Amino acid sequence: MSKNYFEILRAGINSTFQDLGRSNLYHIGIPFSGAMDNRNYLLANKLTGIHYDNPVIEFAYQGPHLKYHGDKINIAITGDVSFKIKKGDNFIDGECYQSFILENNDELDIISTNKSVYGYLAISGKFDLKFQWSSCSTNIKAKIGSNNGEKLSDNQKINVKEINQNFISSKLNYVNKKIENIRVIKGTNFNYFSEEGKKIFFENEFKVSKLSDRMGMRLDGKKIENNVDSNIRSEGLIKGVVQVPPDGNPIIMLSDHGTIGGYPKIGVVISADYDKLVQLTPGTNVKFQEVDLNSAEALFKLYDLETQNLISQI
Amino acid sequence: MIKNISNLGDAALYCDFGKEVNKEINTHVIKFFKTIQKKKIVGVNNLTPSYNKLIISFDLKKINFGKLKKIIDNIEIIENESYQKKKFEIPVCCEKDFSLDIKRLEKKLKMGEEKIYESFFEKEFFCYMTGFIAGMPFLGDLDNNLRTKRLDTPRVKVPKGSIGLTEQFANIYTFESPGGWNIIGNTPLNIFDSSKEDEPNLINPGDLVKFKRITKEKYQNYNE
Repeated sequence: MSKNYFEILRAGINSTFQDLGRSNLYHIGIPFSGAMDNRNYLLANKLTGIHYDNPVIEFAYQGPHLKYHGDKINIAITGDVSFKIKKGDNFIDGECYQSFILENNDELDIISTNKSVYGYLAISGKFDLKFQWSSCSTNIKAKIGSNNGEKLSDNQKINVKEINQNFISSKLNYVNKKIENIRVIKGTNFNYFSEEGKKIFFENEFKVSKLSDRMGMRLDGKKIENNVDSNIRSEGLIKGVVQVPPDGNPIIMLSDHGTIGGYPKIGVVISADYDKLVQLTPGTNVKFQEVDLNSAEALFKLYDLETQNLISQI
Repeated sequence: MIKNISNLGDAALYCDFGKEVNKEINTHVIKFFKTIQKKKIVGVNNLTPSYNKLIISFDLKKINFGKLKKIIDNIEIIENESYQKKKFEIPVCCEKDFSLDIKRLEKKLKMGEEKIYESFFEKEFFCYMTGFIAGMPFLGDLDNNLRTKRLDTPRVKVPKGSIGLTEQFANIYTFESPGGWNIIGNTPLNIFDSSKEDEPNLINPGDLVKFKRITKEKYQNYNE
């Protein structure tokens, strides 16, 4: 039994271990998984000064309430998150994008994400985890990854090892921007849809449905009519694909998506918008906007540069 | 042979082997998939073979569509790929609680329940691909009279072990998942085991599968 550990007083709604995910397993049906919001994942790790690909705790809406036992440790939270740190009888209001030191018996209460879905907790040590296919990323549907493929549960203990004793205090000024338009490249079945259907896809607003999770985001709106076939031969899917089943409501594939699907693909969300897409909360109205491949590649370069800049500011 | 390569979004190549689904085209897809897998091209982070398509996903930080397409265009397929075929018998219970869509199928197919099961259990199936969810085998080919579309709105939760039909295929839900296939029964057999990292799938492309009907009592007392 390790002497450094977190005790989970409240697990939160969907708290899982995540890292950069696992690759080259689509052909047996295992998706990438990994942190939903990649930029916030990387920033959390940089703020605690440990390797960029270290496992973190990803939480959705309500995060975990943790009690820490052991040697001093640095932590950082990224996203748009309200949290408190309890030291004895004192409560400190937490700030995102800033490192905090936790000492023996301190508590960290991650109350909620604000107008966003996902947040990240990184530590200046290593959660003691079993990896599967060289990743800790937990896919609760497939029961794959650390913590036996399950989300965190109340009263559980998480051991911590290899704490970095070199305490740096770091801070970053960063505000998450929201998107109103989801930029997409036309999908391989774009022409399956009627002229009216295509118009609705690009001109009407859609509402993010409550039936959204790490697998996919369902959207409700005016029915997107298909005039060729509402099924295709099942074929591979990737993150960001927008499928339209026969009910006419689009579904966007997210990190834990099925690797194969049989609904027509009307579009694919560009890589540059993915982090912001996953943060859209149920009830948000969004529109799709078309871009071409060249612009998508240029926008990704910009996104990546911006991420690297932020990392270098820490 | 590949008929066309296009882009699927900004981080994947979509290789199209044609419209039909048959074992010959599927064998081309598998050979092409295995050839590319062996090349270990820098930036490629996933390959998804299916009946008649291959999707090659890549890391946009390392390579882009144009560069990767040039590499893929010039790859020669290694022809002498062979794989060991295995045969499996999968037990299936078709009690009311498990056959969620049998009534719907009776209407859609204009066939009685017993006829549907007779036709299904007689068939020997071929595994075309695995995926959607981990280890799910896509098995063909169903007789013409059993072919139908997916549900109009996919279920949010299909129970683990469910046997589903769509078009010319049957499949097995290896764990609880959303899905739109017409469910006719359930197997107690574990089809996917993530603790075996080298070979988590029971059934792999090329394998042969037959289903065997079992009673609810057998289902409940099933030991692997």
